Amino acid sequence: MKYLDEYRDGPAAKALIAAIDKAATRPWVIMEVCGGQTHTIVRYGLDQVLPKHLELVHGPGCPVCVTPLEMIDRAHAVAARPEVVFCSFGDMLRVPGSRGDLLGLRARGADVRVVYSPLDAVKLAEANPSRQVVFFAIGFETTAPANAMAVWMARQKGLQNFSVLVSHVLVPPALTAILGAEDNRVQAFLGPGHVCAVMGISEYEPITAKHRVPIVISGFEPLDLLDGILHAVRQLEAGEAKVENAYARAVRADGNPASRALVEQVFEVCDRAWRGVGTIPRSGYRLRDELRAFDAERRFEVEGVRAQESPLCISGEVLRGLKRPADCPAFGRQCTPETPLGATMVSSEGACAAYHAYGRHLDARAAERR
Amino acid sequence: MAAPLGACPVQIGQYDRVVLGHGSGGRLTHELITQLFVPAFHNPTLAALEDQASIALDGVRRLAFTTDSFVVSPVFFPGGDIGKLAVCGTVNDLAAGGAVPRHLAASFILEEGLPLADLRRVVESMRAACDEAGVSVVAGDTKVVERGKADKLFITTTGIGWAPEGRRLSIAAARPGDRVVVSGPLGDHGMAILSVREGLSFQTELLSDCAPLGGLAEVMLRASPSLRCMRDPTRGGLASALNELAAASQVGVVVREPAVPVRPEVRGACELLGLDPLYVASEGRMVAVAPAAEVPALLDAMRGHPLGRGAAEIGEVVADFPGKVRVQSSVGGDRLLLMLSGEQLPRIC
Repeated sequence: MKYLDEYRDGPAAKALIAAIDKAATRPWVIMEVCGGQTHTIVRYGLDQVLPKHLELVHGPGCPVCVTPLEMIDRAHAVAARPEVVFCSFGDMLRVPGSRGDLLGLRARGADVRVVYSPLDAVKLAEANPSRQVVFFAIGFETTAPANAMAVWMARQKGLQNFSVLVSHVLVPPALTAILGAEDNRVQAFLGPGHVCAVMGISEYEPITAKHRVPIVISGFEPLDLLDGILHAVRQLEAGEAKVENAYARAVRADGNPASRALVEQVFEVCDRAWRGVGTIPRSGYRLRDELRAFDAERRFEVEGVRAQESPLCISGEVLRGLKRPADCPAFGRQCTPETPLGATMVSSEGACAAYHAYGRHLDARAAERR
Repeated sequence: MAAPLGACPVQIGQYDRVVLGHGSGGRLTHELITQLFVPAFHNPTLAALEDQASIALDGVRRLAFTTDSFVVSPVFFPGGDIGKLAVCGTVNDLAAGGAVPRHLAASFILEEGLPLADLRRVVESMRAACDEAGVSVVAGDTKVVERGKADKLFITTTGIGWAPEGRRLSIAAARPGDRVVVSGPLGDHGMAILSVREGLSFQTELLSDCAPLGGLAEVMLRASPSLRCMRDPTRGGLASALNELAAASQVGVVVREPAVPVRPEVRGACELLGLDPLYVASEGRMVAVAPAAEVPALLDAMRGHPLGRGAAEIGEVVADFPGKVRVQSSVGGDRLLLMLSGEQLPRIC
């Protein structure tokens, strides 16, 4: 299939792996930022075929994973109301809040629906004027334009029964936070291809300049990632630190200005809490004041809902690349996709879920026995 | 980053109510069967977890017996409808056990307000499928429930058929060195249904593969006298079928991902929606395990049958990793293919 097969081609992959092998003379630690990239790495076993001294660590770029427990509890409080049709992207439904997940809430009678596009939620609101339709607007810069468009259209249409529960997060502040931590091990990043397709690449340049780390904007197919790794290794070996675009078929240097303009009209930057990580200054979006009428937190008065996190799992360290899923004693035992202890196990983008889905917990167990 | 490390919620435990994932054909379904139904009804025939019960009759023939309920939405979909599906599903469960399907019973649960024209269309489609499959509906039942208590109509079919004594196909019969074959591209049915679901319509010419497989199964059995087992990969897809087989036979299965036939439309839709075709249902395909020496003749025979033209060998049975299914990717790495946990949920981005 065009645009897929050529980026999954076995012989081409082997040639890139050989080139990486040749280029990498020393051990390096490279973080892939996005959950989608983590999935490809584990699904295709890229880490198994790379030189052993190259370590890939998994970054915080799983939007479902980093959505704070508090927001999930607020989502539950809203979705449980009888007048509400609660719409969400699919993998948010299984994220455990303080009292179970949204699927469990649906089994108890709540009207919870999976939508593929926030605009479908707007259509639902138009078609059901007697119901309150709420969309759970989460994600990175990638989902922000479509979510902004939903609010924009709801205002255009004068919909009184549509609102959004916003928990948007931004990539660059998270990278800065990772690099600023005393225990940081990351020496280069594979940058978030689809985020940059919207935002462009210029906001990563100050990060490379200040912290002297290469950032290679990468795609999501096996060859995209291998190519990104090769660029990162070459920079590391040469002592360079610059932003490179290895995903030029999707990312333009200035991103998508029309999308960005829309996002700026609807959202403004704010401090955000990241699940398992903590609050990062200016790392998220909230609705602009003039659009607060569409804010579900206000409309349903759930701003006061607070949640108590329990320090049982290590997802915070996994999200920051300090530990791997298999380092967690609960991984694949107490913590499974059926009974997730943390969000990194829940979302299909989460590092723990990726490792579990592709059986890495069984590999780890077999290794223990040997 | 001043991080309160490991900020995670306490374990929520198992669901205390039925969720949709219990019907996904994956791990939750499997748990319901093995932890509730099998212990409650406690007998070796049920505990074998085959797609059909095989009961000794007269020393010459064995009775194959199975039942299946159909709740598909929408009722009419590209390539079929709930009636055709209700016949094919049960016929295929019998055929997978090496039995010749013979008779069906059909129960209808109808929602008040269902247009009679729709019911007639469904019943006529069932009759056509029965003719194609060589079976007859010989008993039935009808119930009507209030509007809103069912989704248009649900159909349960129960089927019987005969298998010669001595023909014992079983998911517990696979041995290292055996090969895994499929009869054609996987996932057409699941993606054809998704393409017409409310809120998810995407344009495709994709048709459900829904078809009765009794004829194909007979051809396969003739070509491969030592055929170990067959499964129709419905809910839970190839992943569930192979995991059940690996567990029952206590063998490993290695699948070569590039060898698994999947139509470009199905792959494309799966890519867009964030789904894995190895978990998507087919309703007119057979997965079979055969000794390596019989595979060339088996594939030839399958490709000579209209429902097996796209037959392919996709992997082999190994002694390593008993109970596990491994998938070799195009770039050389491999991964375990687990049963689905809950429903396959679309990814956010």
